[in-house]
Amino acid sequence: MIIKQLSVFLENKTGRLTELTGILADNDINISAFSIADTADYGILRMIVGRPELAAEILKKNGFTVKITEVVGMIIPHRPGGLHKALQIISDNNVAIDYMYAFASGDCKATVVIRAESLHKVIDVLQEHKMELLKKGDVYQV
Amino acid sequence: MIWNEHYECMEREKLLKLQGIRLKEMVKRVYDTVPYYRRKLQEKGIEPDDIKGIDDLKTLPFTTKQDLRDNYPFGLFAVPQPDIVRFHASSGTTGKPTVVGYTHNDIQMWSEVVARSLSMAGVTKADIIQVAYGYGLFTGGLGLHYGAEKVGASVVPISGGNTKKQLQLIEDFGSTVLACTPSYAAFIGESLVEEKIDTRKIKLKAGVFGAEPWTEEMRAQIEKVLGIKAYDIYGLTEIIGPGVSMECQFQRGMHIFEDHFIPEIINPDTGEVLPYGELGELVFTPATKEAMPLIRYRTRDLTRLHAEKCECGRTLVRMEKCVGRSDDMLIIRGVNVFPSQVESVLLEMSETKPHYLIVVDRENNLDIIEIQVEIEEEFFSDEVKELEGLRHRIKANIASTLGISASIRLVEPGTIERSMGKAKRVIDKRNLH
Repeated sequence: MIIKQLSVFLENKTGRLTELTGILADNDINISAFSIADTADYGILRMIVGRPELAAEILKKNGFTVKITEVVGMIIPHRPGGLHKALQIISDNNVAIDYMYAFASGDCKATVVIRAESLHKVIDVLQEHKMELLKKGDVYQV
Repeated sequence: MIWNEHYECMEREKLLKLQGIRLKEMVKRVYDTVPYYRRKLQEKGIEPDDIKGIDDLKTLPFTTKQDLRDNYPFGLFAVPQPDIVRFHASSGTTGKPTVVGYTHNDIQMWSEVVARSLSMAGVTKADIIQVAYGYGLFTGGLGLHYGAEKVGASVVPISGGNTKKQLQLIEDFGSTVLACTPSYAAFIGESLVEEKIDTRKIKLKAGVFGAEPWTEEMRAQIEKVLGIKAYDIYGLTEIIGPGVSMECQFQRGMHIFEDHFIPEIINPDTGEVLPYGELGELVFTPATKEAMPLIRYRTRDLTRLHAEKCECGRTLVRMEKCVGRSDDMLIIRGVNVFPSQVESVLLEMSETKPHYLIVVDRENNLDIIEIQVEIEEEFFSDEVKELEGLRHRIKANIASTLGISASIRLVEPGTIERSMGKAKRVIDKRNLH
């Protein structure tokens, strides 16, 4: 249930992100989800990619500061109230979340990527409430 | 106006003789009281009796900032601690500051040379002098303060900062003299314009500015906005503080108070003494200082000396504005900063690499400093609060070591240029010389 996410430290410099996406494209690595937390001077890029270990290695070789972090992907219906219901469960169970971001796909579903101190607690709570979770096979390239 | 004609206009022959007597007395004193100097002199095979006059100065060993660091904090003091009445400190090359002590007589002597300096700027007991140098371990505030009191002027000890209040007191008290760093003077000038204060209503006539390098363009600008004549004062903590030298009304260099501070210009590479007029490193021997007399202290400031008699009547040598440094010290907002201080802070923190770049610039006449720091890969957290926490820890550690606040920019590992020889640690965008 735990998904590997790539986190990359990026300085706010023109072309730096394009450089990164170019490297991933050249190495046939697919990006499923993507988010940037930004400050004035730098950003932290977080993404779910097809082959996380390989991607991390390639990016490191190219001088990027990369870290693999573990996250959970929660699948929710892509309609009004879908996110609210899921968040209600999380907050009712007092689970502390570090950050999250979401992407919707064409099949009436959306995926919320969640990073928390205690991922296992997140998984337990969500499964208890019969929420659908993203499986490795759903995102990783074969 | 000449405060002490006897010493300031003394015939050079007589002055050199006086320097010789004072040097001889001082060498004997440090030999007897400072074990470090006794050892240093013995290593060179010098006994106090070998010093007959000023010509023997060149045979003596130099003292460097490193020597002060090695003897931190009180190792070079020539008097027991109960005789010390005050301490001051400035930046050392690493985390430890450079500490100096003063006896009661040292404070008297310092007040005397500052009184002479202020007199050069035309300050008398009729003046109101606003001292906007920082008060504290920094020598600027208290140094000017005591000298101004000695002159008998009315002192406004406002210290640095709080510009609104500075303007208010300039207006309400009718301050006639402003003493601060030149960049702060320029800032006060701009604020005056911004606040739409009518310069005809203020009574400022002179400024005594120093503790950092400044240009003639800056002088012209300050003089224009504040409607004053701006004077350059020079000094360094190790020697006494402000008042080592000062410009007279003819402004043809700063007169060094040579009866107390014996100057030399040397070749910074060989240590050889250079004649008047040649560019080299300025060296001082503060011969009359009791608490911490130093033998041939290397200032690292590069300048020239001129010994022709000045139109003002003074015979004291004049030093030109310093054209640079023979080390990598930066002066930022009047505070001495060494790149090695930044390095020592980063080395102490496991989360960063000691790869850094200091970028100094001047915005609206105020120095700004940014330090770019490479983060250590293994400490890279993908959470903003962690990285921001790290940035604030670096900022706090830098501020406590440097004594000034710097903005910190975290950069990717490996992005700061490495060079094969001496790494480029500083980009100074200010055009100061």
